[in-house]
Amino acid sequence: MENLLLMMAPLFSSKLLLVLFFGTLFGLILGVLPGLGPTTGGALILPFTMTLDPLSAIVLLTSIYCAGTYGGAITAVLINTPGTPAAAATCLDGYPLAQKGEAGRALGMATVSSTVGGIFSVIILVFFAPILAQLAYEFGQPEYFALAIFGLTMLASIGEGSPIKNLIAGAFGILISTVGKDFMTSIDRFTFGINELTEGIGFIPVVVGLFAMSEMLTQSTLINQVFNRIALKAIKLPSKDDYKKTWKTILRSSGIGSFIGVLPAEGGTVASLIGYSEAKRFSKKPEEFGKGSIEGIAGAEAANNAATGGAMVPTLALGIPGSATTAVILTGLIIHGVRPGPDLFREQPDFLYGIFGAMLIANVLFFIFGFFGAKIFARITLVPNKILWPMIFAVSVCGTYSLNQSIIDVWIMLFFGVLGFFMRRYGFSVVPVIIGLILGELVEGTLRQSLVIFDGNWLMFFTRPIALTFFILSLIALAFPLIRSKKFKK
Amino acid sequence: MKNVQKQKRANKSLPFFFRDEFKVCLVIILVSVALLITTFTFDIVPPILNRGIQPATFPKALLILIIVMSLLIYYLAIKNPWKVEKKLPKSFFLTLLSFFIFVVISKTLDFFLAISALSIFVSYYWGEKRIFYLLLVGIIFPVLVFIFFETILGLRFPPGIITNIYYS
Repeated sequence: MENLLLMMAPLFSSKLLLVLFFGTLFGLILGVLPGLGPTTGGALILPFTMTLDPLSAIVLLTSIYCAGTYGGAITAVLINTPGTPAAAATCLDGYPLAQKGEAGRALGMATVSSTVGGIFSVIILVFFAPILAQLAYEFGQPEYFALAIFGLTMLASIGEGSPIKNLIAGAFGILISTVGKDFMTSIDRFTFGINELTEGIGFIPVVVGLFAMSEMLTQSTLINQVFNRIALKAIKLPSKDDYKKTWKTILRSSGIGSFIGVLPAEGGTVASLIGYSEAKRFSKKPEEFGKGSIEGIAGAEAANNAATGGAMVPTLALGIPGSATTAVILTGLIIHGVRPGPDLFREQPDFLYGIFGAMLIANVLFFIFGFFGAKIFARITLVPNKILWPMIFAVSVCGTYSLNQSIIDVWIMLFFGVLGFFMRRYGFSVVPVIIGLILGELVEGTLRQSLVIFDGNWLMFFTRPIALTFFILSLIALAFPLIRSKKFKK
Repeated sequence: MKNVQKQKRANKSLPFFFRDEFKVCLVIILVSVALLITTFTFDIVPPILNRGIQPATFPKALLILIIVMSLLIYYLAIKNPWKVEKKLPKSFFLTLLSFFIFVVISKTLDFFLAISALSIFVSYYWGEKRIFYLLLVGIIFPVLVFIFFETILGLRFPPGIITNIYYS
């Protein structure tokens, strides 16, 4: 009861409500614009959150996350281009249905299933995050090391693209975290005599560079791309018949999305693909999939929005990001001096339940905004890239500079922008770099402290049951892509 | 699908040193080796202050892991070549050049001027020829961003021709 009251706190704070309102609105706009999305948008807004208190800052980021994930569906349905990667599966049936003159019905189903998926996942978050945090009390340094390794291997195995490339990207992210003074011995590493590097490479220049600037370079290769836009008259609430057809799919995909979200990986994108394929598998009319099936839209959209709450579970309970956007939210927590983990649940329940409540309200808000404003949001896609991206550049540069008032940070951002472009071009996901950078200190710190505890004996890791379980799970995670590819070949 | 197979076949017909997988793996390995050599220059901590392992050990292990995995990628790519990527268009190189121009102008002349120059340059070469929109992205919007950061976030931009006039 007390927790429920804490969850409702944002409703009684005019400041938080205002933050939620703008966060949801901004998230929708970001979600609608192809190439932006909640991850890049969250990265861009991070420096601005420094003017807010920690709760408002995280509420802003989480509302952008929830609304941005839904916003991608508007573009997917109307211009056959996912506004966010998580909406890729929505294109498969959303656009064909829109071509049949039923764009309103497609968006109505996307809005309802996204909201149900989002709310379902917040309930999962409220129940499971404290349980996971309670379990984390049993964790010592070796267990945290094993957990971080498990997080990275999971990312490699079920994330997008080649597992080995994902592992290289993750290892590179950890390597970036070693730049600067060694936090245990104060010895300079990879500073090359540059004073500014002794403090290490900040999260924000890397995040903004890898997401926003690399996307700007990607957009520079697509300037002649023409979109076929479908006109939207108005969103329609799904009919009774639609609900009858889809309620099981929505619930199933909400469960799938929440579960996939909890696993440390690329949350929404993977969740929506699995949600979509499961919807097809269980459907009475699988032949309609790809031709404008309402179940296909429901399956993909419920799953990708359900992944938002799921991905917040390991982020808040363990400090291990569940998706790319939660990696940005985790960065926000860290720069605001909040260390996620079991202690956060014990010491700051009002902060945590405030976030849970805000996510719940954000899901309701994007339903309202989406329903009454989809037509306006759809027009945002008309803003040409030749105007939009130079503006994003100005905000990125000033935002990156603002954090430490360092011009070196801006150059680092540009460097990572170019690097991110080439990484994506050759099939290396940039998400593991960010997660590696965030987990780097945890991985190295816990490894070294564990070795101190074990007196340098590496084999002692395997005498700890929880650590051993995580190592076995890591091996399974690494073997999974091999098994999957063999199964596909058969 | 057919298109991807065609692109893969096209890649297989190239000599190995022209293939993307070779070039990418070579770059990763060369950079990793250079960094690995750098780790040998890190200071060594005396045993009494050493916490578990030497500060250079962890980065060394990571770099070796990256090199091994890059070799593995290349080995796998021999059997299953990557698809040939399309040539990068002129607009990409111009955008890349604008980043370079930004760095030069922000270092030598002015930070704000560098943002303006890049915005106009990129917008123009991406196809915007209308003066009003060029002014919007090159001057009006950066001024608004500048004022926002200056007044609301209390940011002080680095000195330069224009910012000096503003601050004086």
